[in-house]
Amino acid sequence: MEATTADLIENENVWGGGNKPLKASYGKMMMWFFIVSDALTFSGFLVAYGFSRFKNIDSWPIADQVFYHFPFLHGIDAPMYYVALMTFVLIFSSVTMVLAVDAGHKMNKNKVAIYMLLTIIGGAVFVGSQAWEWKNFIKGEYGALETRGGQIIQFVSADSGKRVALESFAAQIPGDRVQQTSDTGIWFASESSLPSFTVAEVQQGFLANPDLRIKTEMIDAETGEKIILDRADSEAKITEAMHVVEGANLIRNEYGNRLFADFFFFITGFHGFHVFSGVVFNGIIFFNVLLGTYERRGHYEMIEKVGLYWHFVDLVWVFVFTFFYLV
Amino acid sequence: MAHKLSIFRGLLTFKSNQQKIWGVLIFLSIVTVIEVALGIVKPAALLTPIFGMKGLNWIFIILTLVKAYYIAWDFMHLRDEKKSLTSSIVLPLLILIPYLVFILLVEADYIYNVMSDGFVSWDF
Repeated sequence: MEATTADLIENENVWGGGNKPLKASYGKMMMWFFIVSDALTFSGFLVAYGFSRFKNIDSWPIADQVFYHFPFLHGIDAPMYYVALMTFVLIFSSVTMVLAVDAGHKMNKNKVAIYMLLTIIGGAVFVGSQAWEWKNFIKGEYGALETRGGQIIQFVSADSGKRVALESFAAQIPGDRVQQTSDTGIWFASESSLPSFTVAEVQQGFLANPDLRIKTEMIDAETGEKIILDRADSEAKITEAMHVVEGANLIRNEYGNRLFADFFFFITGFHGFHVFSGVVFNGIIFFNVLLGTYERRGHYEMIEKVGLYWHFVDLVWVFVFTFFYLV
Repeated sequence: MAHKLSIFRGLLTFKSNQQKIWGVLIFLSIVTVIEVALGIVKPAALLTPIFGMKGLNWIFIILTLVKAYYIAWDFMHLRDEKKSLTSSIVLPLLILIPYLVFILLVEADYIYNVMSDGFVSWDF
């Protein structure tokens, strides 16, 4: 790293690398180049998400009906608050990062260390929140059925319009199939865990409950809400069901279009991985600060470089937040 | 190291770089609160389509770009860099990303029309 610092090449001639037209060190420029290419990668992902969404514009899941959990508020509909909190945590850790860079310019070792530590804590809280969000998404709450055509049908109560969980109405039919494991299955093939109910149990329970209606994937162009079928149409629709879907995985999810969960896992996962590596980088730099590495080197430019990466992660989250939760 | 200490085209000038950072944080927080409030309330007046998209979505996207600008300019201190460095970072993104967005979204809209007007049923 020593060869990249500004003072070492100060005296070299123009053709020997002494000319710095952009007034930025080698390391900082390379960090910026990486950020530009990474920004294009993320735009590729987000635009691909937009592509799938525009392709299925009349049946894409509505974010408020997917992300409504908040810690300690069970059963209360709280869309957006949790991700807003996560956004604040990340922006705040960005601020402590800038303060660390600023303290570095003033060669104040203790302040740099404190602000770096706060930044690391903020990043760790964010990754933890992300994990909680994923847990809720994967587990699901209500369950749904999938039709022959791959459409998700959900169940709502006719009076309140609120979603109803499968377990609250599904019938019990004895003689269930057991999960196939590799030692009992054909050609030693195992299968993923079976859903809690069979399609027949859900269908029977649905027919026995006249209060239930089916909520389809399709969005009413006038109101912007998902279309809820009347009882007669609901009874016809439920015969098309093929699978019970609980929660989300890479194949099906109870929220709607299959691609929705895939993009959610991929984009927030890729971003979460960036945050995680940012926390690791910050940790390495933090220990270097404590050891006095930059004090001896004479400048804290390393804080600035890792700070650029950290702000970039924040910047990407601002876009992920908009396109997954708001728009 | 010298910092440029004003934001909003000189409307607000801060005494030190630290104060500027807190000022930008407050501004970004206000924008986020506005976004979340609009997302929860969803005023009916903003739900009418403008240029093929809900007015509310345009507001969200514009506010996001505003936030991105202040993160890049003040937190990533592009404001303090040489103009040539700033341009070589920002211009490729400003040219390539809208191009990609335009191409893919137009194509997706076309596919949507084929699927809805075509002779194949996708919901069976």
